[in-house]
Amino acid sequence: MPIRMRTALVPFATLPLAACAGRQSTLDPQGLQSAQILNTLFIFLSVAAVVWIAVVIMLCAGLLRRKRAFDQPLALHQPFERTTGRVIFVLGVATLAIVLGLSIVSYAGQRTVFAKNEHALTLKIISHQWWWEIRYENDSPDKSFVTANEIRIPAGQPVKVELESADVIHSFWVPSLTGKMDLITGQKNELQFTAKNAGIYRGQCAEFCGLQHAHMAFAVLALPADEFGRWRDHENQSANSPTDQLGRQGEQLFRAKGCALCHTIRGTLAGGQLGPDLTHVGARTTVAAGTLPLTPATLGAWIADPQHIKPGNYMPKMPLQSDELIAILHYLEQLK
Amino acid sequence: MTVRADERELRDDALNGLELSARLDRIWRTPSGLLGALMSVDHKVVGRRYIATAFAFLLLGGILAILMRIQLAGPEQTFLSADKYNQIFTMHGSTMMFLFAVPVMEAFAVYLVPLMVGTRNIAFPRLNAFSYWMFLFGGCFLWISFALNVGPDVGWFAYVPLSSLQYTPTKRPDVWAQMITFTEVAALAVSVEIVVTVFKLRAPGMTLDRIPLFVWAMLVTSFLVMFAMPSIMVASTSLILDRLVNTRFYDSSSGGHPLLWQHLFWFFGHPEVYIIFIPGTGMVSAILATFARRPVIGYPVIILSLIATGFLSFGLWVHHMFVTGLPQLGAGLFTASSMLIAVPSGLQIFCWLATLWDGRPVYRTPLLFVIGFIVIFVLGGLSGVMVASVPIDTQVHDTYFVVAHFHYVLIGGAVFPLVGAVYYWFPKITGRMLSERLGRWNFWLAFVGFNVAFFPMHILGLIGMPRRVYTYTADMDWAHLNLLSSGGAAIFALSFAVLLVNVMINLRSGELAGDNPWDASTLEWATSSPPPPQNFDRIPVVKHRDPLWLDSASLPVVAGLSVERRELLLTSLAEAEPQTREASPEPSIWPLLTAIATTVFFIGSIFTPWAVLWGTPPMAVTLIGWFWPGGSKEDEE
Repeated sequence: MPIRMRTALVPFATLPLAACAGRQSTLDPQGLQSAQILNTLFIFLSVAAVVWIAVVIMLCAGLLRRKRAFDQPLALHQPFERTTGRVIFVLGVATLAIVLGLSIVSYAGQRTVFAKNEHALTLKIISHQWWWEIRYENDSPDKSFVTANEIRIPAGQPVKVELESADVIHSFWVPSLTGKMDLITGQKNELQFTAKNAGIYRGQCAEFCGLQHAHMAFAVLALPADEFGRWRDHENQSANSPTDQLGRQGEQLFRAKGCALCHTIRGTLAGGQLGPDLTHVGARTTVAAGTLPLTPATLGAWIADPQHIKPGNYMPKMPLQSDELIAILHYLEQLK
Repeated sequence: MTVRADERELRDDALNGLELSARLDRIWRTPSGLLGALMSVDHKVVGRRYIATAFAFLLLGGILAILMRIQLAGPEQTFLSADKYNQIFTMHGSTMMFLFAVPVMEAFAVYLVPLMVGTRNIAFPRLNAFSYWMFLFGGCFLWISFALNVGPDVGWFAYVPLSSLQYTPTKRPDVWAQMITFTEVAALAVSVEIVVTVFKLRAPGMTLDRIPLFVWAMLVTSFLVMFAMPSIMVASTSLILDRLVNTRFYDSSSGGHPLLWQHLFWFFGHPEVYIIFIPGTGMVSAILATFARRPVIGYPVIILSLIATGFLSFGLWVHHMFVTGLPQLGAGLFTASSMLIAVPSGLQIFCWLATLWDGRPVYRTPLLFVIGFIVIFVLGGLSGVMVASVPIDTQVHDTYFVVAHFHYVLIGGAVFPLVGAVYYWFPKITGRMLSERLGRWNFWLAFVGFNVAFFPMHILGLIGMPRRVYTYTADMDWAHLNLLSSGGAAIFALSFAVLLVNVMINLRSGELAGDNPWDASTLEWATSSPPPPQNFDRIPVVKHRDPLWLDSASLPVVAGLSVERRELLLTSLAEAEPQTREASPEPSIWPLLTAIATTVFFIGSIFTPWAVLWGTPPMAVTLIGWFWPGGSKEDEE
């Protein structure tokens, strides 16, 4: 039964594959945990479908069967009443049995989904209104670094994310990999998942967190292990120095125009802590927490007027001349 | 207390029919004129106002739903700004839950319960009037604030810390929290009245096992209200205190915790669902018996199911918090307790199916809505079993799957029975029939529109669409299903337009109903339509669960009540044996004045804590006026 239903749902499952921003679907499991959840879901769905169809058949049969002719509503047929009483009792017991059975199925699934692996790669994720701070922490500080809105992980290896919030409650959700977990002010939660295959998996904040809740997405990029290692070594380095005059002008304007008050670019004087770390921003795939794909055009539009793309977010519109904008944009693009 | 014989007092046994009617009409009638209307304590007058007001809020909440469906019909639309959308979904949820669903059920109870148990007025009728005014003022307060751009925008659940002063430094969350206070006061008042009416004012002979199922449902609901609402009052008052005078109930940096809010909110919020659904089941049972032409099978099973549902509903709030990082075993236990509610719900469904199986269904509009209810509600109940599972919930929580689920449960479980109830009791309340032809249009538009609007949301949730997003990007592939859903919503809205037209046309010019147009069995059909101010000329004596089916031609009555003043018959709790005569209050303006004073107090206190000080004396004055001995016979005793 579950197999056939799965086939029936394939059209829906394949829909998100077309999305360039990555997959974001419970029906398209690419993680060990999401696959387990989908199994549990199919068992429940099968039982629910059978019960619903049975009830509708009982209803229709009851309405359509030939009716005895009796005029007096109180002229009841006692043997029928007694039999019906027994049938209802049996159905009640059956309901109880189904419910208890499903509870056990659910708990078994839950145990698997929340099983812990001691050797998981650990990241810390801190949610902000309306972006994600990702901290790769290591025992030696020179191997710890911070990035934003994009989580790179090794495919096939268990990953543990420690979840905290810098402001209000948010929820971390990458449906293709696992279920969600809230990031709660003053509380530390954690979640483990394993991406089975390399790929891009989209995630989105799932707890209403204010004005721009709708634009608080992120991407999980599962990379082959060696590629992940290379990326981590590169990400751990300071920002590239600008190679041309325009880039150097951009670096200077980044500080002069106030960008550096909120943003850090490691290896430069920019050390602000309020906004996302931009050390390697040029290598990211999206801008404004998954709102737009990152291209020179979108990044330029974002810097020119963040309030147009994501009204109400905390990045102010800075007064920039167009040549200044071009210089800053050129500089940021080089931060691969 | 014994009844003191008073030779000079005129009793109803001394009068014949017409004269008795005229005398009772005179002493029970609401005074004429505007002032008289404002003074009314007649449960039918208050009930009608309550019903009309609740439906007005349904209309407003429905318009908001349509605005949201327009915004979401396509990706990246700019019909609504993020700010407006967030206000609108908050207003939609708050209006539907606090100003429509709960009040409309109480409204029907206020109108019907006294008639169904065979008495002349609800217990504490002045409190009843006060309750209505508080509900009206609270609802207007919320909607006027919305019109002034101070509408709440933190969700109908107002999670802290988003709703705290730090993250929402406007007055919007205060408006939301204080609106809660208004509606809670109103709901608690009605609950007390219903419980006392059912316990003490039943017609003689209406033993516990002869109480109509709708009345049982409202009795259980009233207890749920009394145990659930204090939790949200504590929660919302603490929120106001946090925001106004810097208490730290929810501030994790000074020993509070945001999850405290969630526990308090859902300890109320889950029973709230049953506060809405259980009256719906009562309506279903009432309609089903009449149109299946036989009593509902399993009367005791249904009552025990209602009570079991009531108890269980307090033990499963944690399933709203499965992704907050609670201990796994504990969460698993709440999965089991949540699913357990399927047992009493299932038993009720089986009883209704068996009733339809054995009955001879008469396919009038109310029955159509009950059949629609079964089909939709069972689906919603089953998706509820799915979301009760922790692993499944971690995926579907806060997605459109849940939006689909609870609309199936609440619209299927409560609104379908409610619209059926409108068709069923409209003749009693107005004396006119609604059009059967429009009724069929109404049903089929509602049934098709509802399913087209909400079924696709299950799939949307599974393919990753979270709730409460004001827009989504084109590359998410949610556009087609959203467009379909918006189309369904338009059809569903049209069904309510048909209902409105049907009511408007037939309110004055519909076919005359007569006392008992459906040949129903319960006591409200034993009096004229609409009922006279005194409800019954003589209080009936009940000898059977379905008194009008036992003998529709003549109903035994009791005699001996005064015809010189408003008087009710009190009976014992279990056996409904007559105990004493009790005066029922006269019309009074004081409930309205008290409500006004309370409103000033409530609204003032979200701006300054000093309002608690200067707001109290007017309330005290109006309350003293309310309870000032009025020289009635009982006061003299």
